[in-house]
Formats: sequence, structure tokens, C-alpha cells
Amino acid sequence: MARMKFLLDAERCIECNACVTACKNEHEVPWGINRRRVVTINDGKPGERSISMACMHCTDAPCAAVCPVSCFYTTADAVVLHDKDLCIGCGYCFYACPFGAPQYPRLGNFGSRGKMDKCTFCAGGPQADNTQAEYIQYGSNRLAEGKLPLCAEMCSTKALLAGDGEIIASIYRERVQRRGYGTGAWGWRTAYRETVAI
Amino acid sequence: MKLRILGLLAALLIGAAAPAIAQTAPRAPSMAEEMEVQALLRGTHIQGRISIPDEKAATLIQPEGREWRAFHNVTLAWVGGIAVLGMLAILTVFRLSKGRIPIEGGRSGRTLLRFNVLERGNHWMVASCFIILGLSGLNLTFGRHILLPIVGPEAFTAISQWGKYAHNFLAFPFTLGLVVMLLIWVKDNIPNARDIAWFKAGGGLIGNEHPQAGRFNGGQKMVFWITVLGGAVVAVSGYLLVFPFFFTGMEGMQLSHIIHSLLSVLMIAAMLAHIYIGSVGMDGAFDAMGTGQVDLNWAKQHHGLWAQEELAKGRTAVQPPGAKASGAD
Ligand code: HEM
Ligand code: SF4
Ligand code: SF4
Repeated sequence: MARMKFLLDAERCIECNACVTACKNEHEVPWGINRRRVVTINDGKPGERSISMACMHCTDAPCAAVCPVSCFYTTADAVVLHDKDLCIGCGYCFYACPFGAPQYPRLGNFGSRGKMDKCTFCAGGPQADNTQAEYIQYGSNRLAEGKLPLCAEMCSTKALLAGDGEIIASIYRERVQRRGYGTGAWGWRTAYRETVAI
Repeated sequence: MKLRILGLLAALLIGAAAPAIAQTAPRAPSMAEEMEVQALLRGTHIQGRISIPDEKAATLIQPEGREWRAFHNVTLAWVGGIAVLGMLAILTVFRLSKGRIPIEGGRSGRTLLRFNVLERGNHWMVASCFIILGLSGLNLTFGRHILLPIVGPEAFTAISQWGKYAHNFLAFPFTLGLVVMLLIWVKDNIPNARDIAWFKAGGGLIGNEHPQAGRFNGGQKMVFWITVLGGAVVAVSGYLLVFPFFFTGMEGMQLSHIIHSLLSVLMIAAMLAHIYIGSVGMDGAFDAMGTGQVDLNWAKQHHGLWAQEELAKGRTAVQPPGAKASGAD
């Protein structure tokens, strides 16, 4: 089975936010929740780069490690998913996640959080594949249909790559070798404890 | 900034020299790697600009999550486990070696009012809130290891969800009770020289001496200040957690949680000792918070000075109007 990963080639990202929009629309993500976002570092300065970021589906995922109700699981494709029927909205996964991926609808008493929502790598959740129940809770399940995440598929510059980690790393490696530069695979060291060797 | 440029330069250099040299020379880290390592080492964020309203989302990578994870999963579990189980072990050994502390000379049958209705009501409000706050808090730390395998995921989520509601709502009566407690008992809980003597004599628990004490002895004063001061810190850090990111950012939230949970487990251990000595550990002690009336012999034994004061008050009490002197008729 493939080890699914995201890879963002910051040399190509033009901060168009199409990935953000595609994700929002594909999964009908509610207002106030962003499964994917684009962060621009060194804005207006030399070395400015835009990086599209979502859940990286970490190896030894910190969110899963701290969840007090142990509601996370990792699929055979190494996608990190969680069960919203079990989540209590404690917010611990957000404190542990290096990438700020978990999101919470504001519900109920005080500022208290509803059930956590995050990028599913377009792989749905624990409900039966591509059912209405799954769609309402987690959005569409493109992986079950043999498709890759829509954010990366939609990316017009192909800055955002999603798929088998080996394959996307080799695409990126080839690009860097051909054009002669690259800022590296953003978040890989943190999420996967490895980088793409050029 | 300098490092970022260096990183960029390094990346550019490798790029220019690739592919021939890249295969032989050691690879310089990319800008992404460089920034991730620096953020990790310095404990800073990789921060940027974002075009959505959620300011938290402008943080690209926050490596401190790793420390918080280690705290929650390792440090807190160990400190909490040792504090709670250790205290239970100490109390068991104490009970087995010394038994229940008896009232010297038995019960006299005469009683003194130790705590009035307000004092008792407030004590039990704080105590019951504390127990539920403590159990629902410990459930978040240990529940998944202990309770989850027993009751299964659905039931465990239901318990934890109700625990969370209880934890959020009972925070308010708990805090109110702490304020009332401070107001009504602080005057009797100012530490003084007698408390030092009391501690030197082992509180009468360890040695066989009977140190003198006023309304509250050294140990009780300690319980009072642990409750009031510890409770204040637990409450403030707790409110920061109840209103997430309202008053503080990521570091603040993580730090609040660390302070809150560490202090909580230590307070739970302290309160276990308090509960023990106030109930099964000592004959006559529970009455103080039960009926509010304690036996005179118990009072003389544990709070000699207070008992004297109370008795003196009784003797000099103003006679109610119309009362006749004894033997007058
Ligand atoms: C007085 C006001 C208090 C407030 C506002 C408060 C609030 C909170 C909040 C919001 C959390 C985060 C988890 C969640 O969302 O449920 C928490 C965790 C916790 N609370 Fe409290 N709490 C209070 C008092 C207490 C007391 C008195 C105790 C102990 C007797 C306690 C023990 C704990 C523990 C142990 C945790 C951490 C569990 C873990 O992370 O593993 N809390 N508290
Ligand atoms: S990016 Fe965050 S939410 Fe996603 S697997 Fe890693 S820790 Fe979990
Ligand atoms: S918010 Fe939900 S998923 Fe995240 S740690 Fe808490 S219970 Fe687990």
C-alpha cells in the first residue's frame, strides 16, 4: 500500500487559494473552518514563499497520541482519520498538532468546541464509503473512488502534490534537479522525520 | 533572518551545483528544513501572513506541540499516577500501622459548635465540586488507559462528554465557594509560631506528643492555603482553557494546561490525605463537617486553645434578658 503524503513546492505556489476553495467546496466545509490554508512567509521580503498547508497525516501522529478518547486511526494508506462520533471537542489535538490542522465549530456553552474537523486526505471517515452519513460528517471520499485529493488535483501550477510519498518525492526531486533550486519539502521533517534528498 | 538567507543561499548553491556535486558532497539543508530545525531548537513558530480571519492559522508550524505532547502523555501521567497512588499507599500504611486515631478519654457527651450552617454548606459545595472536577479531569488523563478498555469507546465518549460539561459548569460554584471559604476562614488561618511547634511535634500524628492548636492547627492551615491558593491558580488557568484562545495564544493555552493539570493532580493527592483524616482516619473529626457539633474531648485533644476560648465565651456569655441567676428561686 502507498504511504500517502502532501508535498508543497513553494517555488511554484502563487497563493491563488484555489486549493482552499476546492477543499471548501468539495466537502462543504462550514464557515469558520479551514481544512487547508495558504500561509505566506517573509511576506514582501526576499525569500517570500507561499505554502499551502493542511493536515500532513503525520507518522506517529501527535494528535492521535494525545486524544483523551483515542478516536484517531490510521488507514492502510497511512492517512490519519478520526471518528467524530467519539470526539468530545477537548481541543487537545490542536495543542499537539505542529501544523494547526484540527478545526472546531464553535458550539454550546462558553467558547467550547464542537467535534473536531480536519483534512481527511479526501478519504472520508469511519462510516461506510461514500454514504450520505459519511459525506455529512467528513465530506467526500475520493480515495475510495480511486481519485487523489482535490486540492492537489486542482492546483494549476502543480505546486501542491498529493499521493504516494515515494512518487511525489521523485517528482519534486526531478524538478529541483532540472531547475536548479528549491526550498525543500515544507513540513516533511516535522511530519515524517525525513526530507526529500535531492 | 540571517539564517533564512543562509538557508536560501545553501539551497541555491546546491541547486546550482547539482546534479554532479550533490551526489558526492554532503547535502546542505533546504530552507524548509533549516526553518523547521531552527523553530524546533529555539521553540519559536514559523509564522506568516494569512488571508483568512483566523489569526491562529498564520502559524505554519508550531514545534512546541511536541513538548506539550510529551508533557501530557508522559510527565503528567507519571506525576499524576505517583501523586495519587503514592498518597493512597502512604495512607494505607499509616492506617495499618497507627489505626484510627481515637478520642482520648472517649466521648464526653458534651458538644461544641465548630462549623455553622454556612461554613458546612460552603465546605460541601467546594468539596463535591472538587471531587467531580477531579474525577472528570483524571478521566482525561487516565481514562483511555483504564476506563476505555472496560466500557468500550461509545460509553467512554459519553462519560467523557458529560465529564467535560460537568468540569466546565462546576468550575463556577467551585470558584464561588473558594472565595467564600477565604472570606470566612482566613482570620483563623494566619500562620503563627504555634504552627511551627505543631509541625515539629509531627502534628501529634507521628510522635506521641499533643501539640497545642487554636481553631485550626498547622496541618489544617496548610490544607486551607493549598485549597485557596492552589484553587485560585487552578481556577484562573482553568478559565483560560474554558475560553480557548480568547485571552491567550498557543503557548499560553499549552502553558495554562500544564499548570492546571499538574497543580490539579498534586491538589488531588493533598485532598486525599485531607479526606482520610477528616473521615475514617480520626474518630470524631467528621462531626465537625457533619452535624457541626464536635465532642468536647475531641476539641480539647486537637484544638485545645480553641476549646478553651469557646468554653470561656460560654462562661462570660451575656445573660439573656429575663434570665434568673441559678438558685434564685
Ligand atoms: C475552577 C475552575 C476549573 C476550570 C475552569 C477548569 C477547566 C478545565 C479545562 C477547560 C480543562 C481542559 C479539558 C476540558 O476541556 O475538559 C481542564 C483540565 C483538567 N482539569 Fe480542570 N478546571 C477547573 C478546576 C479543576 C479542579 C479543581 C481539578 C482537580 C481537582 C481539575 C482537574 C483537571 C485536570 C486533571 C485536567 C487535565 C486532564 C488532562 O489533560 O489529562 N480542574 N480543566
Ligand atoms: S498534521 Fe496535525 S492533525 Fe494531521 S496527523 Fe499531523 S498532528 Fe494530526
Ligand atoms: S478534540 Fe476530539 S479528536 Fe481532538 S483530542 Fe479532543 S477528543 Fe480527540
